[in-house]
Amino acid sequence: MPAFRIAAVLGLPLIGFKLVDQSGGEGLATRWPDLGAAIAIVFMGRFALSMIAEGATLSALAIGAGAVIAAILVPWPSVFLNVIALGGAALIVLRAAYGLAGPRPVAVIGAWVKPAGRLAPWALIVFALSLPLFGDRYVLDSATRITTYVMLGWGLNIVTGLAGLLDLGYAAFFAIGAYVTAILGAGFGLSFWECLPLAAAAAAASGVLLGFPVLGLRGDYFAIVTLGFGEIIRIVANNWRSLTNGSQGVGGVPHLNFFGLADFTANPANGHPSFSQMFGVPYRPIQRVVFLYYVILALALAVNLFTRRIRVLPIGLAWEALREDEIAAQALGVDRRRVKLAAFAIGAAWGGVAGAFFATQQGFVSPESFGFIESVMITAIVVLGGMGSQLGIVLAAILIIGLPEFFRFMQEYRQLVFGAAMVAIMRFRPRGLIATRRPSVTSR
Amino acid sequence: MALPAVGAAMLEIENVSAAYGPVRALDGVNLNVGMGEIVTLIGANGAGKTTLLMTICGRPSAKAGRIKLKGQDITALPTHRIAALGVAHAPEGRHIFARMSVRENLQLGATLAAPANFARNLDRVLTLFPRLAERIDQRGGTLSGGEQQMVAIGRALMAEPDLLLLDEPSLGLAPLVVRQIFAAIGQINRERGTSILLVEQNAHHALALAHRGYVLVAGEIALEGKAADLAVNPQVRDAYLGG
Repeated sequence: MPAFRIAAVLGLPLIGFKLVDQSGGEGLATRWPDLGAAIAIVFMGRFALSMIAEGATLSALAIGAGAVIAAILVPWPSVFLNVIALGGAALIVLRAAYGLAGPRPVAVIGAWVKPAGRLAPWALIVFALSLPLFGDRYVLDSATRITTYVMLGWGLNIVTGLAGLLDLGYAAFFAIGAYVTAILGAGFGLSFWECLPLAAAAAAASGVLLGFPVLGLRGDYFAIVTLGFGEIIRIVANNWRSLTNGSQGVGGVPHLNFFGLADFTANPANGHPSFSQMFGVPYRPIQRVVFLYYVILALALAVNLFTRRIRVLPIGLAWEALREDEIAAQALGVDRRRVKLAAFAIGAAWGGVAGAFFATQQGFVSPESFGFIESVMITAIVVLGGMGSQLGIVLAAILIIGLPEFFRFMQEYRQLVFGAAMVAIMRFRPRGLIATRRPSVTSR
Repeated sequence: MALPAVGAAMLEIENVSAAYGPVRALDGVNLNVGMGEIVTLIGANGAGKTTLLMTICGRPSAKAGRIKLKGQDITALPTHRIAALGVAHAPEGRHIFARMSVRENLQLGATLAAPANFARNLDRVLTLFPRLAERIDQRGGTLSGGEQQMVAIGRALMAEPDLLLLDEPSLGLAPLVVRQIFAAIGQINRERGTSILLVEQNAHHALALAHRGYVLVAGEIALEGKAADLAVNPQVRDAYLGG
């Protein structure tokens, strides 16, 4: 059956009719233009692909280019169809151009990958550092959010990427760090900087507590126990009202100050000078946002440097050896329990630090922020990034956290783009965005 | 009969039995390896050769009997503690770290050795296996079978072991490579005095290299003696040397 006829049959009930509220009950509205547009898109797409298959690549390129222009200029019945048309047309153009580019376009692209891979980290750091120069409040808030997830990804990477332990409850350590900071901050007036080491210590201690009994478990069983641990922490936070205020959450977490020297308000009440007075610049509310962004960026880069250093030390090598082949590693004298426990505790500590930052940034902490989906997001970032690649994790975090943000204009359809992106990665990069592992030590 | 001199034995296996769940794999095995000796253990598929090496390493640990290393009872110790006492194992199927470079594999072998000796030990391994020097930054998984076997043995040597356990180093290798590997094993024994327990199906090569040998049949020691004697034993010739 030709593709457009399948589209018509499937599209008739799915697109053609819509349930609407009318006076006196529900009724059916028809959406013939939408249906027609959808069938036209499928028809043109299939037509162009067939032309490429028949060798009429140039004509297909022209059709694709025409469709791109049409997608931009012609008013479409809905934003969704518009995006589909644009995306489909762009794919046709790329496919046709790929066919025209000669026998080995893959080799040409491959030659670019290596130098680009070497430059990309530095380009990303320069971009991240200069972002406050041109970003507005919304961009900076989004960047702070993405960087928080990059940090969580890098923290979990120590556990999952290096030591090979699939931890599905990493958000628990994030939660512990956040609650320690919120409770000590709101209840006892401790600042973020004072809470930071305490949050890290509390998270590491809980990591050891959880890790000690379960690190003997293998693969899937370990993942299930950590999943349960994540839920336990959330449920405890929800029900231990005297400490955590239950589902209402802990509010009034002190705002981040400038290393305990100055505050980011116009006229601080606590005797500190304000940041603007201290540096003799005019007061602007965005100063606090910029500082928050730089703090999370510095914390995230600290995890990155830490991981880089520890990878070349014996403990880091032992982690990777256990991930690669547990039996061989033990036969070489690696103490499986102790080495894994170290990975778990260190990874948890970084999660706690990220949690402390989250608490002070939001000023409010509640169990809602630490659900199972958070753990899944962080694990997805590490797995999609390529299990162990730090650059891959940055790309995956931008994709997973940034993409839904970027496609906000598509409203509910943005989850569809998100899903499509996930499927595309699994199809084309099944071992993660950056799956190659560079040796920690080379002789060159 | 006089008692053996104290310290003469590197490894003493006394009446050891082992099982995987209800399946009995070893039944009352007695085996000794003297200081500086090469002992080979030959036998058919499924005789329990690999199980015996794994049992020495504590995984699975022996159900009955005792295993002593340099007079110390190691029967109930965990694998990494046994390794720390001077046992290095180049396991069957090599088990090298496929995604890690040759250098990283060798570094991991040195987990238990004094860091000050690292450069010297690395140099020794690369002299023994010059091929590894050429491949030093290559990932383990991209090496040929013979090279992977060299990594497995070299990695074990990095720990400066007193006792080296080798599980079928000739498995799946071309005859020329097998000769190289066996020459290297002899060299290790001569130059360092390392005691070696060599498990092999290739009885011809193994008996030519070893001082003494044992034949394992269905989890029990069927024959033992000088390697040269076993090589001419009609039973061994029929069963393991192709007549």
